[in-house]
Amino acid sequence: MAVLETSELTAFYGDFQALFGINFLLNEGETVAIIGANGAGKSTFLKAIAGLLPRPAAAVRLHGREIGAVPAYEIVKLGVSLVPEGRRLFSSLSVEENLLVGAYGRQTPGPWNLASVYHLFPILQERRHTPSTALSGGQQQMVAIGRSLMSNPRILLCDELSLGLAPIVIRDIYAALADIKVRGTSVVLVEQDLVHAMSVADRAYCFQEGRVSLSGRPQELTRDAIHAAYFGL
Amino acid sequence: MLGWLDTVIQGILLGGLYSLYATGLSVIFGIMRLVNLAHGDLIVLGAFLTLALTTLGVPIIAAVVIVLPLMFAAGYVLQSILLNRALGRNILPPLLITFGLSIIVQNGLLETFSADTRFLNVGTLQSASLPLGGGIAVGIMPLICFAAATAVIVLLNSVFYRTALGRAFRATSDDVEIAQLMGINNKSIYAVTMGIALAVCAVAGFFLGARANFDPSIGPARLLYAFEAVIIGGLGSLWGTLAGGIVVGLAQTIGAHIDPEWQILAGHVAFLIVLVIRPRGLFPRAVD
Repeated sequence: MAVLETSELTAFYGDFQALFGINFLLNEGETVAIIGANGAGKSTFLKAIAGLLPRPAAAVRLHGREIGAVPAYEIVKLGVSLVPEGRRLFSSLSVEENLLVGAYGRQTPGPWNLASVYHLFPILQERRHTPSTALSGGQQQMVAIGRSLMSNPRILLCDELSLGLAPIVIRDIYAALADIKVRGTSVVLVEQDLVHAMSVADRAYCFQEGRVSLSGRPQELTRDAIHAAYFGL
Repeated sequence: MLGWLDTVIQGILLGGLYSLYATGLSVIFGIMRLVNLAHGDLIVLGAFLTLALTTLGVPIIAAVVIVLPLMFAAGYVLQSILLNRALGRNILPPLLITFGLSIIVQNGLLETFSADTRFLNVGTLQSASLPLGGGIAVGIMPLICFAAATAVIVLLNSVFYRTALGRAFRATSDDVEIAQLMGINNKSIYAVTMGIALAVCAVAGFFLGARANFDPSIGPARLLYAFEAVIIGGLGSLWGTLAGGIVVGLAQTIGAHIDPEWQILAGHVAFLIVLVIRPRGLFPRAVD
């Protein structure tokens, strides 16, 4: 059953059109990867769903309900949370305060609270009173994920989790993602790292210049097809 | 020598008043990067509202207690229906709006209360003083004013640093886009911020009127002292704002002690000196 659906979703930055009618489907419990080159519109797509960009009212549906006109601070209350590109932690807040802010708009009961986030990322408990700016990149990414989980989302939108992280750290982050999925959260994963994205995804979409250029199950997509869809060659 | 000690004590206490002027300005700028050019006039408005209630026979303390929530509500409404629409990437529109607001408030007060000089009558407290020995005495009113300035900062800091709402304020100040992703409605945070700032204006207005004379035209000068206190203290720190207020207050009383004509000028010179030596103020926030 579709939990999140977009139809002919468009998005603009001023006069510049970044998305040209994206049709997208996320089923209950599924992990869907969105891949594509820089500037293909992947991050824009997540921002449009999360409400950070204006979008046509009927273009985004959550459990069948149109949410295109709902502002960002209400979207999270409906169970959709975005882990933003580049982590974007609150710099004047400690690790624990960052996590607590994540629970600010919480309206749905669920498995996530300070204790379960610390269980998922034990290092954060050790460093909970540290200013968030003093953490390593990997730890910052854990805080960003934990902060999103604190709202008990049913859908987690992850933007470039692996960006700028060491391979061993990326492996840990992806291991945590598996734990998150087990608890029934559906995941949309925007990723440049093809190998990682394809290894966890049930399905994948490839974006190219604001359009879907390819979609399907990872095992069905050949290397050549992905290559063509990536660069439009 | 005793004269100098007396001057320093008076200067510090005057700094309490300037810190009250500045705290609201500091909070507004810190949370929404808005420069409110009407801030000084809103302080004067607070003084006149208190005055109006006392002329109706309301006891002065009760008048302050009534004006406080009134000013909070005025700030909330002002931000929700007017300033929130103007906030954006461009800092010019809100600046122009508050400049216009400053003119409207000044002229509204002039129309309603005339240009006469007024003061708030606090009875015997007006001239009561506490002898410190050695021929030095401090006024009770300046002392209460300084205590109030400190209390306001302690109260605001405990809201900002110990409550969920305070976390939301700081998160909004850090990154307004991500704050919205956390379920924080930044527009309503801004409205509460302006409400708090104007409530502090009500307190500042009371002490302005209880310590000295006021009339509708003195707002812009209070705004200037408030600005200097905020900048000297360093943006983003309320204790810094208190320190900044004390620096301006000290400079003014020391200047006046040397030559009464130098009072105002000395405050501005101190401001310029701090800007030259520490352009980011005495206690800037670590990250900006």
